[in-house]
Amino acid sequence: MSKTKTSKGMGARFLDWMDYRLPVSKMWKEHVSEYYAPKNFNFWYFFGSLAMLVLVNQLLTGIWLTMHYKPDAEQAFGAVEYIMRDVPWGWLIRYLHTTGASAFFIVVYLHMFRGLMYGSYKKPRELIWVFGMVIYVALMAEAFMGYVLPWGNMSYWGAKVITQLFGVIPGVGDTLLEWIRGDYIVSDATLNRFFALHVVAVPIVLLALVVLHLAALHTVGSNNPDGVEIKKNKDENGIPKDGIPFHPYYTVKDIFGVGMFLLIFLFIVFVKPDMGGLFLEHDNYTPADPGVTPAHIKPVWYFTPFYAILKAVPNPLGGMILMFTAIILLFTLPWLDRSEVKSIRYRLLPFKIALFSFVTAFVILGWLGMQSGSTVQKYMAIVCTVVYFAYFPFLYFYSKNEKHKPIPERLTH
Amino acid sequence: MTDKVNESRRNLLIGTSVVGVVGAAFAAVPFIKSWLPSERAKSAGGPVEADFSKLEMGQKMQVMWRGQPIFIVKRDKTLLNTLPGLADRLKDPDSENSIQPEYAKNLHRSRKEELLVMVGICTHLGCSPKFYPEIVPQAFDSQWKGGFYCPCHNSRFDISGRVFSGSPAGTNLVIPPYAFLDENRLIVGVEKIEGEA
Repeated sequence: MSKTKTSKGMGARFLDWMDYRLPVSKMWKEHVSEYYAPKNFNFWYFFGSLAMLVLVNQLLTGIWLTMHYKPDAEQAFGAVEYIMRDVPWGWLIRYLHTTGASAFFIVVYLHMFRGLMYGSYKKPRELIWVFGMVIYVALMAEAFMGYVLPWGNMSYWGAKVITQLFGVIPGVGDTLLEWIRGDYIVSDATLNRFFALHVVAVPIVLLALVVLHLAALHTVGSNNPDGVEIKKNKDENGIPKDGIPFHPYYTVKDIFGVGMFLLIFLFIVFVKPDMGGLFLEHDNYTPADPGVTPAHIKPVWYFTPFYAILKAVPNPLGGMILMFTAIILLFTLPWLDRSEVKSIRYRLLPFKIALFSFVTAFVILGWLGMQSGSTVQKYMAIVCTVVYFAYFPFLYFYSKNEKHKPIPERLTH
Repeated sequence: MTDKVNESRRNLLIGTSVVGVVGAAFAAVPFIKSWLPSERAKSAGGPVEADFSKLEMGQKMQVMWRGQPIFIVKRDKTLLNTLPGLADRLKDPDSENSIQPEYAKNLHRSRKEELLVMVGICTHLGCSPKFYPEIVPQAFDSQWKGGFYCPCHNSRFDISGRVFSGSPAGTNLVIPPYAFLDENRLIVGVEKIEGEA
């Protein structure tokens, strides 16, 4: 007997060795090569993978920024200037990070809009939506604290105004405020803890939430523009007839999306990184000064819809409650929408008008939140706030016995 | 193995779980409390003494407390007499929606009628208002009765720090907690003097 000659090469044998110890091949199949996604994904389905790309960008550039940054009220502003002027390629790393923050919200807002349109939050995807919403809230906390770190004057006053929100809570407000700020005013203690939360605590939470978001998604499978469950029609091998393996079909599609995204993203990074004061506000180019208030305090664009709702209410406590309610209500959408149809394609005009009004009100609120607030704008803010909140009860009652177009058995396009 | 629940083991399980949860709650205390202002922050933000013995009628002095200017103003009868007549020009004449200790929730917004102790930060956006004690028409107000004017966004306040209608500021200027140490000295940041002053 001669030696048994194995036909397997080095790579395959290494994989066998790994598979025996770690489910590498199994995971790859389950989540990539044999994860069957509906075949009719369109433009709106780019934004999930793009959000992942931006997350990686934020982590990578963020880690590099911490190598040069100083979380100290005396040194922070100077450290950012140092990164911009003296650190090799520091300007690029910082602009990738700051532009990435805005890009994150653009991508996430479009991703959420897709969910609203195609009913992706509906049964059995309630948890995916809830995890997604928690990601959104964590992202807002992350972005807010990141914005404070350069310790520019807008950082300082933004931090003051936003933390002040918690000070209006009756009874515990003052103590809570001191607890959050670690001082009686926004100070070095505040900056230092925001740094810790921004670079360690929240990113860990975000990563865990992304894992949960995807695990829930891969358990029930992706929704699609038709809102028809592909798992209801399987072939003899148990593979959905309208499903195609994520790899190579959607990896290729997503790579195309990445290409298009990077084209726009990098154009902004190289040509217009402050986006005319929208992504990086002009007032933040002067150091924090507790004695000098910027003429017009406003948050960065991605918070302005909620800021407009806050300002629409004359009573500070009422404004804060309404603002948080505006976010909390989004969590409840899977249970508010009782219709049997998922996709907007098969829903009738009233729903389309409602969704359009809701999104338009949100966008207008975003614009109003950046304005100083003339009388007309104040009334506009009230109207848009009402429209925003009206969407939720409307959906709840309208969807109970909602008439709709016939839902197809299989995917159409 | 039986299907029966071993009651004593089950009780042990519940008992240890409860102890564990209580332990975790106690363990959380240091982490939560570590966010409170440190001793250094506390001493920097501690009460501040002010000697107002040299303050003349109609004058203003200033001390810093927790990074904010504290105005101390001595007001004569003429200035104080303007206060009752202003009510219908003010947003919050009785200080219902404004921040002040209970003992300053009155017409003169102070412990001693003539002595105003007030945070010199505009309740609009945090600029520091300027002091205009003269009862003469001003460019920003033709019926000026003396008070404070914020140059940033034209908020106007009377000599008690009450905000005039038409100002961007929504509430009256804030009165900090304070107490008198003796005839000539006060302390900002405490409600009352403990024991011997």
